[in-house]
Amino acid sequence: MLRQAQHELAEERIAVQATDLVKDFGDTRAVDGVSLAVPSGSIYGLLGPNGAGKTTTLRMLIGIIDPSSGTRRVLGRNRPLEAAPEIGYLPEERGLYPAMHARDAIAFMGALRGLPIAEGRRRADVLLGEHNLGEWAKKPIRSLSKGMAQIVQLLGTIVHKPRLIVLDEPFAGLDAINQARLEDLIRRETRAGATVLFSTHVIAHAERLCEQVAIIAKGKVAFDGRVDEARARLRPIVRLRTRAADGPWREAIPASARREGHEYVFELPEGGPEPLLKALIDGAAGIETLAIERPGLHDAFVAIAGDSAAAAMEQEKAQ
Amino acid sequence: MTRLLRSAFVIARRDFTATVLSKTFIFFLLAPLFPAAMGTLFGGIGARVAAQTERPAVAVVASQAEFKQIEAAHDEMTEALGDGAIVKLVGYSPEPDLAGQEKRLLANRSPPIRAVLSGSLDHPRLVGSLADDPATVGQVKLLIERAQGRDADQRPDIDVSDVKNVSGPSQSDRVTTAWGAQAILFFLTLMLSTMVMSQLIEEKSNKIIEVIAAAVPIDAMFVGKLFAMLTASVLALIVWISAGALLLQVIKHGGSGSLPPPAVGWPWFLLLSVIYFAMNYLLFGAAFLVIGAQASTAREVQTMSLPVTFAQMLIFAFAATAINALNSPTALAAAVFPLSSPLTMMARGAEQPEIWPHLAAILWQALWVALILRFGAKLFRRTVLRSGPRLPWWKFGRA
Repeated sequence: MLRQAQHELAEERIAVQATDLVKDFGDTRAVDGVSLAVPSGSIYGLLGPNGAGKTTTLRMLIGIIDPSSGTRRVLGRNRPLEAAPEIGYLPEERGLYPAMHARDAIAFMGALRGLPIAEGRRRADVLLGEHNLGEWAKKPIRSLSKGMAQIVQLLGTIVHKPRLIVLDEPFAGLDAINQARLEDLIRRETRAGATVLFSTHVIAHAERLCEQVAIIAKGKVAFDGRVDEARARLRPIVRLRTRAADGPWREAIPASARREGHEYVFELPEGGPEPLLKALIDGAAGIETLAIERPGLHDAFVAIAGDSAAAAMEQEKAQ
Repeated sequence: MTRLLRSAFVIARRDFTATVLSKTFIFFLLAPLFPAAMGTLFGGIGARVAAQTERPAVAVVASQAEFKQIEAAHDEMTEALGDGAIVKLVGYSPEPDLAGQEKRLLANRSPPIRAVLSGSLDHPRLVGSLADDPATVGQVKLLIERAQGRDADQRPDIDVSDVKNVSGPSQSDRVTTAWGAQAILFFLTLMLSTMVMSQLIEEKSNKIIEVIAAAVPIDAMFVGKLFAMLTASVLALIVWISAGALLLQVIKHGGSGSLPPPAVGWPWFLLLSVIYFAMNYLLFGAAFLVIGAQASTAREVQTMSLPVTFAQMLIFAFAATAINALNSPTALAAAVFPLSSPLTMMARGAEQPEIWPHLAAILWQALWVALILRFGAKLFRRTVLRSGPRLPWWKFGRA
């Protein structure tokens, strides 16, 4: 009885659990032993460059494809499709019927998840109104801009009030205003009790939204945990500018420090800021500016996934 | 099961609405004009089938001597006019119960009997369905005249009695009904299964398939798509049948009632037509969906469509052979082979009155629809969605 209760409690706390998921496409291993646990009610980010295995992992988690090996448990079910009515999914490659009206498209996506069509239309009208698309409700999708169509599909993803929302690269193709709206929407859904799992290659979104992230590189999970834990893997960065060009104070600067213009940039030594400051003052460095920066998720990502993965993500971001 | 049906209904409702409310549905409704043109083109095949069918004969109930006299006259006329121009004769010895013998002969199926000539050469009597067939009556009079050796101005008096429901007169008409039903079913199925395949390709290119596959079982998507098109086509059938009946009413005396009656009767035949149409479409539609699911572009569909359409034509031809001999090994094979079964059984309904073979055939066909759909869904998940572990081909069905 107690064990059953503990089990149920654990089920409630973890919305999605993956254990050693492997996916082979022919001779290519796309996902190589991914394990992760998404806490209920959290915003969980899956980070990694294109080809890292994010989309394949998401598709396995929600049951579009079955893994070559490994197990998954979604909202307490081993077969994700059984939980489909409680899941909302926005695929990376957006798809809507071009001739369908916006409100019907939203209602149809809700109906696929078990929402009665009339209720779906009613909710669609409300959602479209909330997102300033009310006047487009009875217009065919083909007459909407790409960004508007993307919002419509996103609304179709949440129209049935799912407990788990899975978004694959949701910010791709959106302008800055709509990206901010989407961030608000994700926060609002989480406040309403939903769990949001999304993939992105834009670290800034994950940094602003996520409590937990998994960093995937080459099909493997390189890190899975809280964002501050990822950051804590790195020592704070010191940026120092001095008036004196040389002197005894230089002994306090680590050998690995690099020059960026007139600044020295280096990791804060293990002793902390006080011994460093004392050495600089005693050594007559003439401190002009000194900043101790907390490392960002991007720095953590570089350290965890490696320079090549970070460079690939920067390149995608630029594109 | 409930979820599968509910999901299939959602897909079917969307597809049905999208099909019926589109402007292109008008073209769909005009589609019978094209098969009608094709029908004219292929009319030769139908005519040949009809010609090969066993010709109705006149049964001659007479002594051997009198039959020989009539047969000699028949040979003379055949020599002059050709075999196909003169009514076929079959001789029978008189039985004590002449009325019973006449009745039995008129119900005979092999050969089908148009009329029975009895009495003697001096007092001949002709019984049969002859009201619409003055040519047969005229030919029999000529034969008796020649057999009696009379002059042309001494025409024999023949006692002609007209009866309904004989085997002979409607046999060739039933072949026409069988042929027509098969042709309509074939062209309609060909058109619909191609349409359903194109729809799936469109959804794959629209990427909607990903949204659907994440929300409902693939089986439900296949079932929903098939039944949406079936419902749309039934709607079209109602329009076409109503329009056809109206047209017949206008252009033909007696209207639709003048059509040659099938062996099972019109109510059963119409019911079987709808069921076999549904089965034929579901079988081919499911097969086309499986094929369409494998293609990723319209060009690939076109490439695949050609050989598949030829295969369909072959199956049509295979089923058409049954019209000539429903109990032949080929016809039985065509009735058992799932893809030709609906067309073959349709012909059987037109030509033979038994109902039970249809019930067995419908169950058999339904089983194959389910099997093809199941296989198609598995194939789709494995090859298009690339789902599941790698398995050797002999373990495919177990995944």
